[in-house]
Amino acid sequence: MEYFLQQLINGITLGSIYGLIAIGYTMVYGIIGMINFAHGDVFMVGGFVSVIALIMFGITGGGGVFITLLALILVVLIAMIIAAAFNWTIERLAYRPLRGSFRLAPLISAIGMSIVLQEFVRVAQGGRPKPLQPIVTGGMEIMKRTSENGEFVVRLSNMQIIIVITTLILMAIFTAIITRTSLGRAQRACEQDMKMASLLGIDVDKTISITFIIGAALAAVAGLMFFLYYGVTDFYVGFLAGIKAFTAAVLGGIGSLPGAMLGGIIIGLIETFWSAYFTVEYKDVAAFAMLAAVLIFMPQGILGRPEVEKV
Amino acid sequence: MSKTLLSCRGVETFYGKIQALKGIDMDVPEGKIVTLIGSNGAGKSTLMMTISGAQRARKGSITFDGQDITKMPAHHIAHLGISQSPEGRRIFPRMTVLENLQMGATVSDPKYFDEDTKMVFEMFPILGKRSGQRGGTLSGGEQQMLAIGRALMARPRLLLLDEPSLGLAPIIVKQIFSVIRELNQRQGLTVFLVEQNAFHALKLAHQAYVMVNGNITISGTGKELLAKPEIRAAYLEGSH
Ligand SMILES: Nc1ncnc2c1ncn2[C@@H]1O[C@H](COP(=O)(O)OP(=O)(O)OP(=O)(O)O)[C@@H](O)[C@H]1O
Ligand SMILES: [Mg+2]
Repeated sequence: MEYFLQQLINGITLGSIYGLIAIGYTMVYGIIGMINFAHGDVFMVGGFVSVIALIMFGITGGGGVFITLLALILVVLIAMIIAAAFNWTIERLAYRPLRGSFRLAPLISAIGMSIVLQEFVRVAQGGRPKPLQPIVTGGMEIMKRTSENGEFVVRLSNMQIIIVITTLILMAIFTAIITRTSLGRAQRACEQDMKMASLLGIDVDKTISITFIIGAALAAVAGLMFFLYYGVTDFYVGFLAGIKAFTAAVLGGIGSLPGAMLGGIIIGLIETFWSAYFTVEYKDVAAFAMLAAVLIFMPQGILGRPEVEKV
Repeated sequence: MSKTLLSCRGVETFYGKIQALKGIDMDVPEGKIVTLIGSNGAGKSTLMMTISGAQRARKGSITFDGQDITKMPAHHIAHLGISQSPEGRRIFPRMTVLENLQMGATVSDPKYFDEDTKMVFEMFPILGKRSGQRGGTLSGGEQQMLAIGRALMARPRLLLLDEPSLGLAPIIVKQIFSVIRELNQRQGLTVFLVEQNAFHALKLAHQAYVMVNGNITISGTGKELLAKPEIRAAYLEGSH
């Protein structure tokens, strides 16, 4: 029971990160119908920018809770801006010129961009994993049991609390933007009928750019949290995390925003429980098998939209 | 003689190799209702979309209020005051009626929003009752009303209506035509109207054009066209 609870906590934490990344996939797919394969690498870039900023500012977590938190917020803002700049540039250079060409063209271009980002970071930062001493430490014991096998403690670390709360706050802000602001309305309008949106005065290109920027900013937050959580990153993390987040987006129903978050949590839970009860080595296989199964049996996803419209 | 608000000169539009418009010359005077009739596939909707900038003219020029808009992006043209209720209505299906109207108001000053919404709801009371319903679940006629209402939310200087009576019950058609007449008479709104429903549309029109196969073949006042035997034969047979 304690073991189960611990895995549940770990799974939700990991799932929050996947969910934040998945939003970028699902939004871009919603608006231009393509999979931005480089999105996982934008997440990775967000992580790297965070590492560099953390080292540059000499943040070690030793300066007290308030200072550390403030510093992390500064770091995450920098990471968001730079990741957004990358994603914006990618869309301008590699996707926009291909809009309206055959369906596979932007996909191939996206795979190319993914490789470009990975190689760029590998050359600029080196191929070896970048470790960092833990910055956010501590936590609480929420349950403790002693048995003949020893002691088992269910722990909720401060980092886990930060991850889940940050995700909740971002989701709330993000949902408000999409459902209540004119920017969000323009975004949804382009998603539903781009031509009509432009007839009404919406700058479609700008709206698409903003979609890439928002997706990248969320992924950058995920990048920093992922790095702080695991204490290590490398130029390749974006690939696996990206595929898992993509799986989450498909599982939740591609194009659906709550679906992305839900899918993220489910994938996080599957991965964590698989590692806990079966073999850690196969945890990624479990995620990929999940992707295949979803694509075959449930291509609509859990919250994929039912087709109720009259056309 | 009122001034010309919109004029097309030698406009040619292509879909790939297919030429849909073969050199259109046409004027819409300010404050008037201009009707365009023509059989299926003549190129009427293509002309509407070309004026709005959603389709590019390969040759010729389009001028709105003295400004060349031929190569202007669609959203800029919308900001100049051209608003379209397009063929097929194109309501945003997963947005509510109110959100669709908000989208229509993209180019207009937010301070008019409440007033304009009220006007649309007075014009089409059913929309007011359905303001929270998703566009995609409205009936065809309700969607048509919403498309017109949405176009009006832009406070346009030129309103383009592509077959506003399509698929509507006669009583609703009557209502829509009387709304158009009223907007024109009371607010001086300029309207460019494409219609299959030629009889009503010609009766309404100050000026009318007939399009055949990508060309304008006949033009005149609405009355003149209504009196022409060849028009009666081709477009008014069977209707009253
Ligand atoms: N997207 C497109 N691709 C290729 N051809 C097109 C496209 N849209 C329209 N056409 C062709 O252009 C011609 C003019 O079409 P358009 O829709 O402008 O006609 P219309 O006068 O509006 O007809 P209707 O009264 O049926 O609405 C038609 O021959 C049509 O097949
Ligand atoms: Mg048409």
